Amino acid sequence: MTTAYVRRRPVSDSMVMVGRSVRHAWRNGDSLVLGVVLPVMILVLFTVVFGGALDTGGVDYVDYVVPGIILLCSGYGASTTAISVTKDMTEGIVDRFRTMTVTGSAVLFGHVAASLLRNLVSTALVVVTAVVLGFRPAAGPVEWLAVAGVVVLFVLAMSWLAAMVGLLTKTVDAAASMSFFMLFLPYASSAFVPIETMPGWLQPVARHQPVTPVIEAMRGWLSGGDVGGDGWVAVAWCVGILVAAVVGSALLWRRSTRD
Amino acid sequence: MTLTPIVEVVGLRKSYRGLRVLDGVDLSIEAGRILALLGPNGSGKTTTVGILSTLRRPDAGRVRVAGFDVVAQPDGVRSVISLTGQFTAVDELLTGRENLRMMARLHRLPGREIASRVADSLSRFGLTEAADRRAGSYSGGMRRRLDLAIGVLSKPRVLFLDEPTTGLDPHSRREVWRAVTELAAQGVAVLLTTQYLEEADQLADRVAVLNDGRIIAEGTPAELKRLVGADLVEVRYADGTLRRVPTDGTIPGLQAILADLAAQDARVTSVAVRPPSMDDVFLQLTGRPTAAAAREEVAA
Repeated sequence: MTTAYVRRRPVSDSMVMVGRSVRHAWRNGDSLVLGVVLPVMILVLFTVVFGGALDTGGVDYVDYVVPGIILLCSGYGASTTAISVTKDMTEGIVDRFRTMTVTGSAVLFGHVAASLLRNLVSTALVVVTAVVLGFRPAAGPVEWLAVAGVVVLFVLAMSWLAAMVGLLTKTVDAAASMSFFMLFLPYASSAFVPIETMPGWLQPVARHQPVTPVIEAMRGWLSGGDVGGDGWVAVAWCVGILVAAVVGSALLWRRSTRD
Repeated sequence: MTLTPIVEVVGLRKSYRGLRVLDGVDLSIEAGRILALLGPNGSGKTTTVGILSTLRRPDAGRVRVAGFDVVAQPDGVRSVISLTGQFTAVDELLTGRENLRMMARLHRLPGREIASRVADSLSRFGLTEAADRRAGSYSGGMRRRLDLAIGVLSKPRVLFLDEPTTGLDPHSRREVWRAVTELAAQGVAVLLTTQYLEEADQLADRVAVLNDGRIIAEGTPAELKRLVGADLVEVRYADGTLRRVPTDGTIPGLQAILADLAAQDARVTSVAVRPPSMDDVFLQLTGRPTAAAAREEVAA
């Protein structure tokens, strides 16, 4: 039996979908606010409003908090991604793609790529604003590269997790509320306050959840210091979540296309 | 010369969680012809279209589209069909033109042809002026037209339309009808589902009536209406009962019916003459009204 009548082109299909999702990001008012205005507001809030009351052991609070703000913002970005995926799955456009010789899962790649771009823009904005507020990292080029690498990895992991949530939920509201747990993780980590100031029962949780090693590694690199094992633990967490979320998304995608 | 059908469905069956949705459906459509699948909600119309357009898998039966088997060669089927679903599948954040351009690229139309093909589609479906507005700001009729424009961009040989005019105003409905008729005239085979006998009557060369997962009647619109008869006289009595009397379509026939009614003792609150509806076809074919009509009568 010949299959020469069509050849699927996942790469070019994905490019089209990325273009679509990036256009969405620009036009969707919510995602613009979440991606641009909110990160700056949160940074100002934490450094100017809360910063004075928080003792981080001699480190300027703005230097302490920048990694946390970057990760927190990727959580907001994730909710946008989850909502976009749910919308596509429920509003008929994916059914149309499936009746074409299009690699349907390219839709997911599009949303994840747009999410990555959105988050990189937010991250750049946070860093620039932080510098204005007195952020003076001691990192050299290699350390900056390491920070950028771990941010990209973390955002990719969160974006695929969000895509999975989007495939799992049946309504946009559910997608929005389910992705909120991603927003919660940074608060219970060393992102905003040192773990030693938390109640005893919370400390082991905070120390062993994925956000803490990522924060510690970023903080270490930004201050130009040695990060020890945190770098590898951070990468391991991100890669682990990424692989689980991609596999989960693939399974959910197949489930939703069956029957 | 007889035409070979481009869509052939034999013994199609489908159940969901033990509930039988399709129970042996046979259909065929030739190129350039329009087949209307007429049935109430829940009769299996959308499931049928879903299977024919490769979205769902049949439990049993054989479905071939342009010679491709929907189960064994879904990509072959996809290369010749287009589906316009019950819910418009346009991207609301993109403009009409961007929607079409995206689909053109996904269909791998040659890059230099895309701009002109897109412009042609826009003008053909009366969307040139709205081309650079976001589809989210379109009216229901405009969205449907954009949906159709997207659907035929790839020049499909078979077009599936699932309730293409549900929720549209009469003007938009006629525009969609005109577009569908034009496509059929160019040789596209069309399968459309509808709840409206009038729509089937206006558009279709043949009508298949689907009820509880079975085709209970098939024929030309004229043949189908002959089953029900011509216009009906609908009489509502003071006690709330409703009676439908079929006419033979002539004035003497109508006079005779009215004379009969006048001779009766019962008090009549209203008399109306109307063409047979979908509900009448159902009443005639199944011996029971559609669920919606039954509710209406209880409420009356």
